[in-house]
Amino acid sequence: MDLKTMTYIVVGLSFALYLGIAFWARAGSTKEFYVAGGGIHPVANGMATAADWMSAASFISMAGLIAFMGYGGSVFLMGWTGGYVILAMLLAPYLRKHGKFTVPEFIGDRYYSKIARVVAVICLIICSVTYVIGQMKGVGVAFSRFLEVSYELGLLIGMIIVFFYAVFGGMKGITYTQIAQYCVLIFAYTIPAVFISLNLTGNPIPQLGLGSTMIGSETFLLDRLDQVVTELGFTEYTTNVRLSTTNMFAYTLSLMIGTAGLPHVIIRFFTVPTVKDARSSAGWALVFIAILYTTAPAVAGMARLNLMNTIEPVKGEHLVYEERPQWFVNWEKTGLLQFEDKNGDGRIQYTSDSATNEMVKVDRDILVLANPEIAQLPNWVIALVAAGGLAAALSTAAGLLLAISSAISHDLLKGIMTPDIDEKQELMASRVAMAVAICGAGYLGYNPPDFAAGTVALAFGLAASSIFPALMMGIFSKRINKEGAVAGMIAGITVTLLYVFQHKGIMFIPGTSFLGDTPANWFMGIEPNAFGVVGAVVNFAVAFAVSSMTPAPSKEIEDLVENLRVPTGIEAAHDH
Amino acid sequence: MAFKSEDDAKAYWKENISLMVKLMVIWFIVSFGCGILFVDELNTIRLGGYKLGFWFAQQGSIYTFVCLTFFYARKMGQLDRKYGVDDA
Repeated sequence: MDLKTMTYIVVGLSFALYLGIAFWARAGSTKEFYVAGGGIHPVANGMATAADWMSAASFISMAGLIAFMGYGGSVFLMGWTGGYVILAMLLAPYLRKHGKFTVPEFIGDRYYSKIARVVAVICLIICSVTYVIGQMKGVGVAFSRFLEVSYELGLLIGMIIVFFYAVFGGMKGITYTQIAQYCVLIFAYTIPAVFISLNLTGNPIPQLGLGSTMIGSETFLLDRLDQVVTELGFTEYTTNVRLSTTNMFAYTLSLMIGTAGLPHVIIRFFTVPTVKDARSSAGWALVFIAILYTTAPAVAGMARLNLMNTIEPVKGEHLVYEERPQWFVNWEKTGLLQFEDKNGDGRIQYTSDSATNEMVKVDRDILVLANPEIAQLPNWVIALVAAGGLAAALSTAAGLLLAISSAISHDLLKGIMTPDIDEKQELMASRVAMAVAICGAGYLGYNPPDFAAGTVALAFGLAASSIFPALMMGIFSKRINKEGAVAGMIAGITVTLLYVFQHKGIMFIPGTSFLGDTPANWFMGIEPNAFGVVGAVVNFAVAFAVSSMTPAPSKEIEDLVENLRVPTGIEAAHDH
Repeated sequence: MAFKSEDDAKAYWKENISLMVKLMVIWFIVSFGCGILFVDELNTIRLGGYKLGFWFAQQGSIYTFVCLTFFYARKMGQLDRKYGVDDA
């Protein structure tokens, strides 16, 4: 069977599964819509959280990033997993105890302030909208490459699928589809990795394969990789630092606290029955995430080696362009891989020197997607990778869309603008908000604004500098009052946004950056993507300073905080 | 069910914080310590084909994170029972 038919079948089956779940898991109440009824088993929630969390970026881009950054790529591996330790210990159990539906709702209650709630809603919407654009783009790209339909049609099909289970099922539908999507994406990620590890090292476990010797040789794979890349003038793979130690430190910490502060991840912990379940569920989420995140460095290293070996099989003998493999031809068509015969010898030279390098473009995103082809794996594996990429993008998009729509229907409408609506009306409002959010995200995916390129940095930066500190102080300090929290959030966002804009351009519009985007102009050599942690420090400092100058919160708020710290007595999870 | 006395509530919270701080120290050491600050020193040691610092940055820290969260959940479960604040 040819690859295209196979891909249609595999992707079609996975979509049929999601639609089946959508039909079965419809939401009948706001509680089901916002928190899936609050009765999800911690292991199931862990799996759903893993799918919610692992986006098109984790599935498609991360291994590619690591492949070209080597050791420097560790910031993503540690940053995007270490955040769950913070979430498990500092936030999830207490927020679950509070027993409400959204993150801004907690902030509004704890800081007894509608303004605080609105500020939180704004932060949430900016983070989530910027994040969702990337997912929609991921869906469109995956469709156009693997199913050879247009980007627009691919985007539309993705929107329709999400529409069915998110609008009708809310969090309930999303939870069960995310569990299915996790299974699809993890098989799609690990199976090619196992094959490639077997091919190169004879060890079927990629995590061990990366530390093993090459098949039929005494040389360790990583040593061979270091040797190959340094011979071509690239920095040694295993020690290539990302800019500086300070920058790596700040980047990792920003990603960690950004992860812990992302609302679409936090709300997943509102779906388990008890505080105890919230703690263990974070552990399960991390297990399911770690399976992919510890495989990724193996995929990265092995893919880089395979790529190098294809182009220069024996030292000094470069691949003849006319004899290039089929995957090379396929990816050239997409423009993501480009060759230019600079010295006119008809052979491909791949070096670090831009004057002699003939691989003028190697898009990092192709590594995971082309990996099975480079390693000459069977067609069904390639088809599975397509379904996995789509599962990763759709599951994250749905989680983000729920965070956005519940902030609109529950926080803005029910909480502030029209508190008199009854449950039925709110449920209707939440479905409408979801439908609007899907259309909005689809429009932005079809027509990405200028700032789309820098968006993920913005999402993590804002979550780290605004939401995370407000939540943490709300739980661990009784003294922080509404003035402090609001001032802190605003200061944190402002500092982070200013830093990103001054180096990347205002709203990322080219030419408007008033301080160039070069390391010499960076504060302590910290790149804009890594600046969230500085914003967070500012947030903490401002919040403490302002709180100490203004009246302490009332006795009721002290009791509220005290009650957060008691793990029992969750009100029958807050039925309306 | 709530705490029997205010002293119990304070003691429970103190034990929780102390456990958390200990685990966060380990969290910091394996990632920021072994993976970033002391990576060059550790890289002189080998773990199979891995340089040890590189291994911590791309593998070891993640395994430790998983253990830390489960350990915390287990210990807190015991603490809940000790102070009679478990739902079981």
